[in-house]
Amino acid sequence: MTVDKDDSKSSAPPQVSPIAFRLDLGSGVPTYLQLVHQVEHALRLGYLVLGDQLPKVRDVVAQLAINPNTVLKAYKELETKGLAVGRPGQGTFIIEASLNQVALPELTELRRSLVSWVAAADAVGLDEDGIGALVANVLRDFRERRGGTAVQRGAARLEAEGVA
Amino acid sequence: MNVIETHGLGKSYGSTKALDRCTLAIPEGHVAALVGPNGAGKTTLLNIAVGLAAPTTGAVTVLGGCPTGSLAALDQIAFVAQDTPLYKNFSAADLLHVTRNLNRRFDQGYAEQRLGELGIPLRQKAGKMSGGQQAQLALTLALARRPKLLILDEPMAMLDPLARHDFMATVMTAVADDGVSVVLSSHVLAELERVADYLVLLTRGSVQMAGAVDDLLERHRVLTGPASESDVYAKQWNVVHASRAASQAHLLVRCDGTSDSVPPGWEAHSLTLEELTLSYLREPGAGALPGPARARDTEQSEVTI
Repeated sequence: MTVDKDDSKSSAPPQVSPIAFRLDLGSGVPTYLQLVHQVEHALRLGYLVLGDQLPKVRDVVAQLAINPNTVLKAYKELETKGLAVGRPGQGTFIIEASLNQVALPELTELRRSLVSWVAAADAVGLDEDGIGALVANVLRDFRERRGGTAVQRGAARLEAEGVA
Repeated sequence: MNVIETHGLGKSYGSTKALDRCTLAIPEGHVAALVGPNGAGKTTLLNIAVGLAAPTTGAVTVLGGCPTGSLAALDQIAFVAQDTPLYKNFSAADLLHVTRNLNRRFDQGYAEQRLGELGIPLRQKAGKMSGGQQAQLALTLALARRPKLLILDEPMAMLDPLARHDFMATVMTAVADDGVSVVLSSHVLAELERVADYLVLLTRGSVQMAGAVDDLLERHRVLTGPASESDVYAKQWNVVHASRAASQAHLLVRCDGTSDSVPPGWEAHSLTLEELTLSYLREPGAGALPGPARARDTEQSEVTI
């Protein structure tokens, strides 16, 4: 009746979620935030794509021996950020094709370069509406060139895994 | 609903007061950690809640107003004592059989499946098992009763790190699957951080601090700044614990969230549960935080003493 671990690994169906969490006990970062960061990191590196399922709460709890409320809090945070959505009775799934949210240091740096860009635009005489229009235009071009491929990649994975 | 609720609870052993005017309320749906120095009254409090001991003074109810030791209470509470007592000459199968016949509810299928997953043979005698296996067997017997409240007294004290992890994984899985409320006492602060979402700090027989872990952490900050200014600010802030060096001071302060701004030249850091708990343990005089509303304060209660 005992389960041989090596045996079960080779014969078991593929894991539901493409990622597994780990905990850094010495980091001082709250557990739920560690989970949130790991999902964001996996999204950035392509371990997770659109339609992927996050590990089931019960599995995370059994694996890491943490409070289920901690996992729920992390998943709620991911929902608030617009990265994932919970489907009752099924689990939590990635709904964001790529990660738009970036960490604070990067955001600060981007903001700094944007401020100097706006100053340059102002110096050559572009007004506020002109700046807004130019940014919207560049964004649209950028999305058409790159965004589409990321969405397709996610959709293909969704079909292959048979997720309805 | 509060899973454990006490009002002015006292318990004396001769001239020793194990519990002294202990008032607390632990709401349901939590994994509550009961923390405190040796002799603070943790085991006494748990034994009273389970019905193994009677209070000298005060009132106690469990699971939303049930008197301790009543049939309704006994039926819904499972308790694993400090030394995970098992009949050492009984096999796992015998212990399942006994527990099934002594309780109104017992999930034999769950128990057998759990022991199978743990690799504990049903024919093996309890006395021949490792400490970790004995703890897991005691826990399995408790959980197979499908309790609403699981009380664990120092469950991890005797276990090695791997056995601790596996033990808590079993407890947390039960919380995820059945929503069982848990109250556990422990000394292992670092490991409480990942499992507990409610904290009760007992000192000298009464409650020093109680509340949801997130709230407690949010309400405390360590402020670091010049020691020369620390006395001035120490008067303005609610300082729990202060450590001062020649030029630098660290003040652990309790804040109410909104109005507490960090003065220029000072830095604010958040704390871990372990740091927070240690700071309060070092300052037994530091005041208690109010716990949640107690039934008596908000509604008519039917408590009879």
